[in-house]
Amino acid sequence: MPRLVDVIVKLRTVWATLLALALGGILILASGADPLAAYGALFHGAFFDYWGLSSTLVKASPILLAALAVIVPLRAGLYNIGGEGQIYIGGLFATLAGLSLPPLHPVPGIALVVLAAMAGGALWAAVAGLLKAFRGINEVIVTLLMNFIAIHIVSYAVSGPLLAEGAPYPYSEELPAWLRLPILMPQSDAHAGILFGLAFSVFIAFYFTRTSHGLALDIIGRNPKAAQYAGLSVRRDMVIAMMAGGALAGLAGGLEVIGLKYRLFHLFSPGYGFDGIVVAFMAEANPLLAPVAAFFLSGLKAGSNIMQRAAGVDGTIVEAIRGLVVMFVAAGLAWKFHGSSVYAFLQARRKAANHPIGAADP
Amino acid sequence: MTYFAIRNISKSFGGLKALDDVSFDVAKGTIHAVLGENGAGKTTLMNVLYGLYRPDSGGIEIGGQHVAMRSPRDAIKHGIGMIHQHFHLANALTVTENIVVGLGSPVKLLGLGAQARRIGALCEELGFEIDLTAPVWKLPMGMRQRVEILKALYRGASILVLDEPTSVLSPSEIGNFLAGLKRLRDAGTTIIFVTHKLEEVMQVADATTVLRQGRLAAERRTTDTSTAELSRLMVGRELRPMVAKRSGEPGEVLLACIDLAARSDRNTVALDKLSLELRVGEVLGIAGIDGNGQRELAEAITGLRPLEHGRIEIAGRDIAELSARQRLHETGIAFVPEDRQSTGLVLDHSIATNLMLRRFYLAPASRRGLLDRSKIASSGKALMERYDIRGRSAGQSAAALSGGNQQKIILAREIEAAPRILIVMQATKGLDVGAIEFVQRKILEERDRGAAILYISTELEHIMAVADRVAVMHRGRLSETFVPGEITAERMGLLMAGVSLAAA
Repeated sequence: MPRLVDVIVKLRTVWATLLALALGGILILASGADPLAAYGALFHGAFFDYWGLSSTLVKASPILLAALAVIVPLRAGLYNIGGEGQIYIGGLFATLAGLSLPPLHPVPGIALVVLAAMAGGALWAAVAGLLKAFRGINEVIVTLLMNFIAIHIVSYAVSGPLLAEGAPYPYSEELPAWLRLPILMPQSDAHAGILFGLAFSVFIAFYFTRTSHGLALDIIGRNPKAAQYAGLSVRRDMVIAMMAGGALAGLAGGLEVIGLKYRLFHLFSPGYGFDGIVVAFMAEANPLLAPVAAFFLSGLKAGSNIMQRAAGVDGTIVEAIRGLVVMFVAAGLAWKFHGSSVYAFLQARRKAANHPIGAADP
Repeated sequence: MTYFAIRNISKSFGGLKALDDVSFDVAKGTIHAVLGENGAGKTTLMNVLYGLYRPDSGGIEIGGQHVAMRSPRDAIKHGIGMIHQHFHLANALTVTENIVVGLGSPVKLLGLGAQARRIGALCEELGFEIDLTAPVWKLPMGMRQRVEILKALYRGASILVLDEPTSVLSPSEIGNFLAGLKRLRDAGTTIIFVTHKLEEVMQVADATTVLRQGRLAAERRTTDTSTAELSRLMVGRELRPMVAKRSGEPGEVLLACIDLAARSDRNTVALDKLSLELRVGEVLGIAGIDGNGQRELAEAITGLRPLEHGRIEIAGRDIAELSARQRLHETGIAFVPEDRQSTGLVLDHSIATNLMLRRFYLAPASRRGLLDRSKIASSGKALMERYDIRGRSAGQSAAALSGGNQQKIILAREIEAAPRILIVMQATKGLDVGAIEFVQRKILEERDRGAAILYISTELEHIMAVADRVAVMHRGRLSETFVPGEITAERMGLLMAGVSLAAA
């Protein structure tokens, strides 16, 4: 029984999601459509349809990496709200590297482009990390505002120095074909980018539980005073955690370029960096849960178009449902209870209901 | 004449029975002490009284009536005022604001001026000297406690529950505080006084309830008992006499601090050209009222606080350039910090990890950057046994342990490093008699092994029990050193108050 309560409490994100979907069902009903048919279309379209699944995977690739970009600094006590900007800088660095590389074998070529993307994101995030560690400047504000700078740098680059000849729209020259990532699902856009995210999820989980530096980061996140006392390099590690986050988001941007678009477009990320924040919180900063949460959110995004067409649900309602999911999940996580304490509370309530305090003896 | 009664209260946390069928009566207008070691269930009992915990069974009577205590709001309604060991104050607000906050209806004007005058009158009555306009963060801990007491009384509490009230007070404040308690009692307030300090019980309490491992061990009228008997009842055994004083002589100077100057977190001068010498195989006690630079001194030596001026030498070598980590592992400075929960431990982590907190990144706990978890767990288990750390397993989180067991983790960790210099700050604060004895015995063992020990404490009797020499810290400066026994408590008190001996 206590174990059951524990499991129920641990799965609160799932319950919150179901509740949000139920409430969303009422919205669908109010708009005159059939909620069951609409949700059927949503989930079929997102996960059980070839084209739908490929579109889910395309979105999950950057969202998962952007979530990991939040999780790593978060475990060290830092809030990286700059994933979006780091994605843009990563895309820019990947493009610069891809366009300037001499012809190479695809493997070292892609490796170099990936490293360039990660370096770009890491450098961008390092600014916030350094300011936080050595000057105490709030990293939330720095990372948030640097998003806009990054987005505009890319817009400038592709409308000026990198603008492809004769382009009708701000984008760069196409990257050489040998730099393209392999496609996982033939005929679709689903590229191998998601594999990077999955590999990093496992690696990060391993890093935090099995390496001494991972433990050091975790101690810094939980108690920086004790970390300093323990002899850890708190400032250095804060910068490292932030740069690691930036590198992961930068990778997300780089993979968009070599996996999906093959060029650098202006405004190429529709807010994946911010979706990453949502996913990180849904996964409770657990790198192994991040793929599940990223897959779910991507499915919701991909399936919503299909639901819109198939069930005639207005697009704004889909947006509202997505918002509801985020709000319910956040509210569920605000509950800081552990299973055992919830169980004890329920027991006490049952007892109190049977024997009110003070009523037993005269 | 029973006014307040506890009836058969039991309360469990998980499998642990924190309170097991505890009952006692308190007469109106008396001081009733609840005595017990840490983990005896005192704090749980207080939280039940205040409606923070609901008992599994049993209840509370006030004036013969059953009272349902569902929340602190009910407790306040029934005239119970609670002073917690850890204060619940808004640091940015002034004393007056803290006292009146939450009173009255939200729309009514506060009338701060008039309330401040009433609070001032209350202070005078109690002999509390306190600046009502000062923001709380500027006040030393003793003053903050007064604010808590004033807050409860100002809300019309007729039953005052105090949880370890003197653990944060300096010796001179304690006398004042105890006298204030007596005045409150004479004015008709009923006081429940939770403590493990026997002398204070003997001084002020009318009756005493002794708890041991969650059960009622004994009830005594103060006039019918003695310190020795209470101590025995509380611990459940006779205390070993203090370890005999040293036989050998201290060796050469190991640590020399010369003209140290440093600032506090609030940017005030904390160390003012302080110098000291610490010898191999001696315990130098640093006495003084809390907040006179003791914390900054310890942090400066351990490398956690930058120096503005001065030199720290170990065996003649200047260690100014060394980081905290180097001072720990290369020069062998171990440190038991004052704040065991927020500095000494990472509460979310396991006992085993906390036992390795300052060396998990070195072999044998980790190799080539990878943690050896089985080694950490097994050495954690071994240390738990050797240092009598009572927890379910080495994997249990440190947060679940009592203060005494938490302190044992820190002590075990620092002593296991076999330090050349051991800096111990407030090691016995909030600990029960058994744990204090354990800590002091370990420290003397380290001294006999040849470690140089700086023992910083505000508890004079504990310093006197372990120190070979004692100096008093006042406003960032250190007095001359004395041999315990060659200085009277009175002269000590004057030094702590900043009166130099020549002037006295």
